[in-house]
Amino acid sequence: MKEPDNITEMKQVLEAALLTAGQPLSLDDMLKLFAGRMERTTLRMLLDELKQDWQEKTLELVQVATGYRFQAKPQFSEFIARLNPERQSKYSRAVMETLAIIAYRQPVTRGDIEQIRGVAVNPNVMRQLQERDWIDVVGEREVPGRPSLYATTKHFLDDLNLRSLAELPAMDDFAQTEIPL
Amino acid sequence: MQLNLDARVYGEALTELPHDLYIPPDALEVYLEAFEGPLDLLLYLIRKHNLDILDIPMAQLTAQYMVYVEKMKVIKLELAADYLLMSAMLIEIKSRMLLPKPAEIAEEDDPRAELVRRLMEYEAIKLAAQRLDAMPKVGEEISVAAAYYQHIAETKPIEVSLDELVEAWRNVLKRAKLNSHHKIGKQELSVREHMSQILRRLKADGLVEFSALFDGEIEVLAKLVVNFLAILELAKEGLIRITQQQAFSPIYLQANLGESLSEQI
Repeated sequence: MKEPDNITEMKQVLEAALLTAGQPLSLDDMLKLFAGRMERTTLRMLLDELKQDWQEKTLELVQVATGYRFQAKPQFSEFIARLNPERQSKYSRAVMETLAIIAYRQPVTRGDIEQIRGVAVNPNVMRQLQERDWIDVVGEREVPGRPSLYATTKHFLDDLNLRSLAELPAMDDFAQTEIPL
Repeated sequence: MQLNLDARVYGEALTELPHDLYIPPDALEVYLEAFEGPLDLLLYLIRKHNLDILDIPMAQLTAQYMVYVEKMKVIKLELAADYLLMSAMLIEIKSRMLLPKPAEIAEEDDPRAELVRRLMEYEAIKLAAQRLDAMPKVGEEISVAAAYYQHIAETKPIEVSLDELVEAWRNVLKRAKLNSHHKIGKQELSVREHMSQILRRLKADGLVEFSALFDGEIEVLAKLVVNFLAILELAKEGLIRITQQQAFSPIYLQANLGESLSEQI
């Protein structure tokens, strides 16, 4: 096929690449599709158009932390779920609370997590989150023992359909009534 | 507020918590599993039962916790320590509340303030965790499009020259000589039979190194020759592919499944 020279053909190339990628494609990835014959602003415009084109269909083009991806619209998830009845079991409360602390208070050490939860951190919990590639070590705190600092990854944002941490529900939403003294 | 816990002790729902926090030691494990730790337990008591932190009879509580710690040395010592720390903190708060304050430090903070701050922070995190848990996630509620795409690998296998094949053959002979025994015997050797053997091996193993085909039982020279002839014959009939990544690297053989062989399989 010759190089695309009009908007329709360019969108077709983008669409084919996005539909087969299986993971988000970044703008840089997509620029490669056109071998240098594409401007960033044009690309964004094409993506916007593509998003519009698909509005009435079963998939939607969404932007997440690492790029753009096509995904099934939410109303189909309960049907798709039937294909895999043995779904991954839910994470324990310990895992989710640890994740919440890392997501909202990052970067944090294990000590910080223990301080907030009031219990020792089970190494298994950290391992589960690291294996899922939701958290990683981003540095060490300059205190004795140099404990590792943990933060959430872009993959975590991708998996939760978020573009950035700012899109997480605000912490203020979780403030409860004062505990009376 | 979601603080509904399904904590059961001796089969009874844990709706009425003992005011002195006393939990029968046998039920302790069940009980502790329902809570994520002392903060969680304390929060539950405060929110659900309007517990006044200061109403807890401390001496009694401490005595009971010591019994737990004894029991838990076997099960979960770390968790016992966490609960012990919490009761120590409560005792400290209570004792500071009871002590008369010297006039000059009248401005001292309420000793409960720090605990309340921690409880509220924990509560917020706990709710944030529930929210995160409820959010749709890839692999659960979100299905990412991954239409099939046949990636055509752009690898061009290097053609093996006759010289290289001969060189490889010489090496086989050299090796065979090293562990050759003087044997006299008559054996009918069929090139065709060896071809089938090689093909079968390639079918099972996929990619096989040239020299690997000369391993094993074959040590009689005539048998090596027949084996080599079989390889050449297979290549000639297009039943196998002989490839090499670069000069002098190992030569690999592979069944040519794409063509005539696929009909036979």
